[in-house]
Amino acid sequence: MTRLFVKDCGAGTTIQDAGRFGYQRYGVGPAGAMDRIALAVANMLVGNAPGEAAMEFTVLGGSFVVEGGPVRVALAGALADLKVDGEPVAALTSATAEPGQTISVGAAKAGTFMVLAVSGGFAVKQELGSRSFHLRGGLGGVERAPVRPGQSLPVAGAPQGPDLTATVPPKVSAGAYRVVFGPQDDYFSEAGKATFLSETYTVSAEADRMGYRLSGPVIEHAKGFNIVSDGIVTGSVQVPGSGEPIVLLADRQTTGGYPKIATIVSADLPRFVQQRPGSAMRFTAVTLAEAIAAAREQAAMLEAVRAGLKPVGLGLDTEHLLSVNLVDGWVDAHAPLVDPLADRVA
Amino acid sequence: MASPVPRFLPCGDTAVTIEFGTEIDNAVNALCLAFDEALKAAAIPGVIETLPTYRSVLVQVDPLVIDMPAFEARVHAILDGLKQSGAPPRRWTIPVVYGGAFGIDLEDVARAHGITTEEVIRRHASRTYRVAMLGFLPGFCYLSGADPSIALPRRTSPRLKTPAGTVSIGGVQALFASVEAPSGWHLLGRTPVRNFMPDRDPVFLVGAGDEVVFQPIAESEWDALDRAAAAGEQVAVLAS
Repeated sequence: MTRLFVKDCGAGTTIQDAGRFGYQRYGVGPAGAMDRIALAVANMLVGNAPGEAAMEFTVLGGSFVVEGGPVRVALAGALADLKVDGEPVAALTSATAEPGQTISVGAAKAGTFMVLAVSGGFAVKQELGSRSFHLRGGLGGVERAPVRPGQSLPVAGAPQGPDLTATVPPKVSAGAYRVVFGPQDDYFSEAGKATFLSETYTVSAEADRMGYRLSGPVIEHAKGFNIVSDGIVTGSVQVPGSGEPIVLLADRQTTGGYPKIATIVSADLPRFVQQRPGSAMRFTAVTLAEAIAAAREQAAMLEAVRAGLKPVGLGLDTEHLLSVNLVDGWVDAHAPLVDPLADRVA
Repeated sequence: MASPVPRFLPCGDTAVTIEFGTEIDNAVNALCLAFDEALKAAAIPGVIETLPTYRSVLVQVDPLVIDMPAFEARVHAILDGLKQSGAPPRRWTIPVVYGGAFGIDLEDVARAHGITTEEVIRRHASRTYRVAMLGFLPGFCYLSGADPSIALPRRTSPRLKTPAGTVSIGGVQALFASVEAPSGWHLLGRTPVRNFMPDRDPVFLVGAGDEVVFQPIAESEWDALDRAAAAGEQVAVLAS
């Protein structure tokens, strides 16, 4: 079997797929890739289904030696270099690495999470229907742990057909993050809701796969900040007693006792998670119908990316792809980088 | 059962909370669990999973598949036809070592209410609790039926780590935990029972709707029970 030997990698490197669903009723959160679009695009480029298990990096990359057989790889998400034996791989393009060659992923130049997909996905053990590592639950990943140097990760499939390149790059929205009010917007005063929509919030240093605590003007509650615990979703904006919001993300808890003023629409979450501590943002309210329309638009965008996949070398050579820098739109959509990388990774 | 009128609370485009009440109430919780069962049985296209809580059911949906107006109509039809399960709940006995290093807040709780630690244990262990929901982290059991005379608001500064098996109270809620977690609740004791063990069949033991009673055990019994639980034994005893 083909394997990737881990020479080195950052502490926040884990195996993630589309997430673990069906067990939230038992307190098991979904985990899964923070940037769903990056997961889907990286997988498409290596010929996988969009939710296959891939490697997620947090700011820092890693290097891997191919063992046993060839593997096709592709990188998406935060802007970072992918190289095979020191040769750069063009953005939004897959490449095949032979046994003995080294695959390296550089540190993120913008954004936070990179996703490295491999042909067939990583064949780590599936637990409760998913290979995603979930820290608090001690489930999934590589023997219920993050990826560590010295490990040898099993790759499920050999490359089929040619390497691919995306001639239609993925697009993400820009501007204020769209939210739908609820489920507990009635726990906030009119002034509190107005503060949330009119002020600027900044990602604090307390930001990880569980959630991002934001700094900014206090959001006023109307009737206390304790509710009898109810369900949480990825993108829930809960406001504890401090009045500063916390956006709950992939490794979140399933239930909680703080009121949730709003939920970030699913189409904007892939961009939201790529922010770093210090990134500033605003929120804007949309209707549920508008949120659903945004989800449809994003699904159509992904379908256009898939339809635009072309074999490498058929009229589109690597030099050309490097020269046009297809990722410009992707990077510009992120808020400007303020804090250094070191703050994120212990 | 009368046909209840829930509130539909939006949770973005990927979920909706169907809320039956805002307080802890056994009738409301029973309704949530019965509705959750019926909703699962209905297998509505676009519903990914459901999460019943004390007082609501969170329905996770695929926004590209679900037809929201049709879904709401379907929910009302399900509620109209709802019957509560006639089966008696399962009852579990959960062994607990109270106080000392196992329950570091027991003395504070006793002092706060002007009673002895023995009396706190008696009041905590003499109740039959209902498991209102599993939530927060894998296998955590949130209980209703706690004795309000030992209730205490949450600690002002939560602890970053409390051990697996922690038996605690927070306000009028009671909990037993399955994995290490941060918590602002008051720690009365600890059970060797693992309510979540991914390698065991079943992975989860105690479920929503079950009943729980706590049985005080001596500290000297801990090691043997903890070893048995670590080896995959249930340790929690199911009344036959």
